[in-house]
Amino acid sequence: MRHIISLLMENEAGALSRVAGLFSARGYNIESLTVAPTEDPTLSRMTLVTVDSDDVVEQITKQLNKLIEVVKVVDLSEGVHIERELMLVKVRAVDKGRDEIKRMVDIFRGHIIDVTDKSYTIELTGPGSKLDAFLNTIDRSTILETVRTGASGIGRGERILKA
Amino acid sequence: MDTDLTGAEITIRCLQEEGVDYIFGYPGGAVLFIYDELFKQDKVKHVLVRHEQAAVHAADGYARSSNKVGVALVTSGPGVTNAVTGIATAYMDSIPLVIISGQVPTYAIGLDAFQEVDAIGITRPCVKHNFLVKDIAELATTIKKAFYIASTGRPGPVLVDIPKDISQQKVPFSYPDSVSLRSYHPVAKGHSGQIKKAAQLILEGKRPMIYAGGGVILSDAAPQLTELVRLLGFPCTNTLMGLGGFPATDKHSVGMLGMHGTYEANMAMQHCDVLIAIGARFDDRVIGNPKHFFNEDRKIIHIDIDPSSISKRVKVDVPIVGRVSDVLVELIKQLKAGKTKPDQVSLKAWWKQIDLWRARDCLKYDRASKIIKPQMVVEKLYQITKGDAFITSDVGQHQMWAAQFYKFDKPRRWINSGGLGTMGFGLPAAMGVQFANPHGAVACVTGEASIQMCIQELSTCKQYGLPLKIINLNNRYMGMVRQWQEFFHGNRYAESYMNALPNFVKLAESYGHVGMKIEQPGDIEGALKEAFKLKDRLVFMDFITDQTENVFPMIPGGKGLSEMILV
Repeated sequence: MRHIISLLMENEAGALSRVAGLFSARGYNIESLTVAPTEDPTLSRMTLVTVDSDDVVEQITKQLNKLIEVVKVVDLSEGVHIERELMLVKVRAVDKGRDEIKRMVDIFRGHIIDVTDKSYTIELTGPGSKLDAFLNTIDRSTILETVRTGASGIGRGERILKA
Repeated sequence: MDTDLTGAEITIRCLQEEGVDYIFGYPGGAVLFIYDELFKQDKVKHVLVRHEQAAVHAADGYARSSNKVGVALVTSGPGVTNAVTGIATAYMDSIPLVIISGQVPTYAIGLDAFQEVDAIGITRPCVKHNFLVKDIAELATTIKKAFYIASTGRPGPVLVDIPKDISQQKVPFSYPDSVSLRSYHPVAKGHSGQIKKAAQLILEGKRPMIYAGGGVILSDAAPQLTELVRLLGFPCTNTLMGLGGFPATDKHSVGMLGMHGTYEANMAMQHCDVLIAIGARFDDRVIGNPKHFFNEDRKIIHIDIDPSSISKRVKVDVPIVGRVSDVLVELIKQLKAGKTKPDQVSLKAWWKQIDLWRARDCLKYDRASKIIKPQMVVEKLYQITKGDAFITSDVGQHQMWAAQFYKFDKPRRWINSGGLGTMGFGLPAAMGVQFANPHGAVACVTGEASIQMCIQELSTCKQYGLPLKIINLNNRYMGMVRQWQEFFHGNRYAESYMNALPNFVKLAESYGHVGMKIEQPGDIEGALKEAFKLKDRLVFMDFITDQTENVFPMIPGGKGLSEMILV
C-alpha cells in the first residue's frame, strides 16, 4: 500500500543523507521525497512516499524515529490528510494546439507561466493522480519536459505535526 | 591571563570530566594536537595498539566487561577506515563507545586532502550517531552528547570527527552537566498496562519459556532475570549475547538456543505456548526460519528498549518498550502482588518433557579420543578457572564451543562478537577486558585462523604487561567454514585450509611471551594449570585439536528450530 510519511528533523547538514541512507541500507523504496526548512529555521519538514506492506512501513517509521536527528514522524495515511504536488510541464504549443492546451490548463486549474511562440510552460498543483491525469489527457507527443516535486502532505483539521 | 583552551585541550578535559580512565588509540597527523595534550596529563591513560581495528575492539571489550563507555582515538583517513570493522562490531551488539577521529582541517575538507576520508559518510550506517565538529564552540557539547547518546537507550557507538584546525583553535571551556536533545528521548519504564497484560499471559501458560538476550546484560538486569525465573519456575534459555544473564548452572537453565544451541533449548522454544522474550531480537541465528517457527501456536511477550526490534522478524502479542531492568522490576512486583500462581501441574509436565529432551545429551563428544577434542579444552578451562574467568572469543567453531561448554554464571564474563561475527575480535577485546578488570583472569578462546587477524596485538600485550591466556584451538582449518563445506558443499574445502601456519610458540616467544604447544588430551589440564599460575605473563597455548570435529547441534540455514542436525 502507498504510504505518505511526514517527518520533522533537525535542519542540519547530513540529516537528509541519514534518511536516504536508511532507506537504501534496509532496502525500503522511496517513491518521492521532498524536504525544506519550516517556519522554524532549525527544523526541516520532509514528506516521503513509499509503497510497501503495512509491516514494512511500520518498520520504516520505527527506524526513522530511531535516527537521532529526527524529531517527529507520522504516517499521514493513517488519518485524513491532504497532499499536493507541484508540476512544471513544458509543451510544444503551435497553431490550433495552442488553444487546445490552454483549455486543458484551465480545466485542470493550472497556469501558463511562460510563453514562447512555440511553447507553453504550465504550472499545475494537486494530488499526484491529478497531475497524472493531466499528462494522460494532453497529447503526449507535445510534452517537451516535466518536473515534479513529489508529494507534500499535511493532516486535515486539528491534526498537526509540531516539534 | 589567557583562560581559553585549545580544541585538543578541551577534548582531553571532556574525557577527564566523563571519568574516562583508559583510551585506546593510534596517533597520526590529524590528531597530533590531541596526542600532545594527552602527553601533558596523566588522568586519561592511553593504550597504544598496533592497528586501529584493535583500538576499537579493545575499547569494546573494556565497555562490555565494565558497563562503562569505551573510548578510542584514531587519526583521519586510514585511521578511520581501519576502525570501521570495530565500530560495526560494536554497533551490531549495541555496545556504548565514543570514537574520536581526527579529520583534515576544515578548510581542506572536500579537496581530497592527504589522509582525508568522509568519516561521517563511511561510518553512518554503523554508528548510533556521528558528529563532525565544524565549530570549536560546539566541541565540548558535542562530546557530552556523544557520551550521552552512546550510553543511553539502546547503547551504541558514536563517532566524533574533529578537524585538525578545530583541535588548534581556542575558546573558553565549560563542560555541560547534562544535555538534552529534542529529538532523542530514550524510554526507561515500560507501559504499566502492557506489563499487566504480560503478567496475566504469563500465568496462563501451560508450556512457558523465557528467552533472554544481550539486553539483559546491557541493562544490568541479570539479578532481576534470575529472580523472575526462580519466582516462576520456568525454563530459561540465553542467546549467544545473553550468556551469563541467567546462571548456566541453575537447574532452570536449558542452555543457549539457536543455530548451535542445545536440543532442549531449541525444542522448548519451538513448542512453548507462552514465550517471554527479554532483550532479545529473534534474529536469524536464533530462531532460524520464522515461517517454521510459526508452525506452532504460541503467545509472545517481547520486552525491548528499541521499538524497531519489536515485530521486526516475528509478530508479537504483548510488546513492552522499556529498559529490561526497569520492566522486570515492575513485572516481578505485579506477579508477586497477584494471587494467581503458575499452573504447577502443567508446569511439571512441561519440565518432564524438557528433561526428556535434555536426556538426548546433545553436547556429548568422544571423551576418550586420542586426539585433543576442542570441547574438552573448554571444559577443562572452565574447571580450572572455576567458571570465574572473563572469556573473549573470536568467530567460528571455537566460539560456539566456548559458548556451549563454558558455563557462565555471571554477566559480562562472556565477550564475543555476536552480531557482526568479526574474526580478530578476541585478542584486542581481551586487552580491553584486562584493563577494565586488572585483577581478573582473562582468557581468549580462539582459533589459528581468527587469531592471525589481529595477532600484532601480542606486541601491545607485551608493552602493557597484560597476562592474557590465549587458548588457540588449532585445527589447521577455518573450522566453521570447513564444517559448512562438509555439510553443504560436498566436502570441497575451498580455501579453508590454513597452510603455512607460524610456529605459534616461537611467535609468542618472539613477542616476549610464554608459548606452549599441547598435543595430547592428557596434557590439557596440566598445561592450563601451569599457564594460569603464571599470573603476570601472557601465555599463548597452542592446542593441536581434531581437524574433523564439528559443532553440534546445528540448525542448517533456512531450517527451523526443531530441524537440528545432532551428533
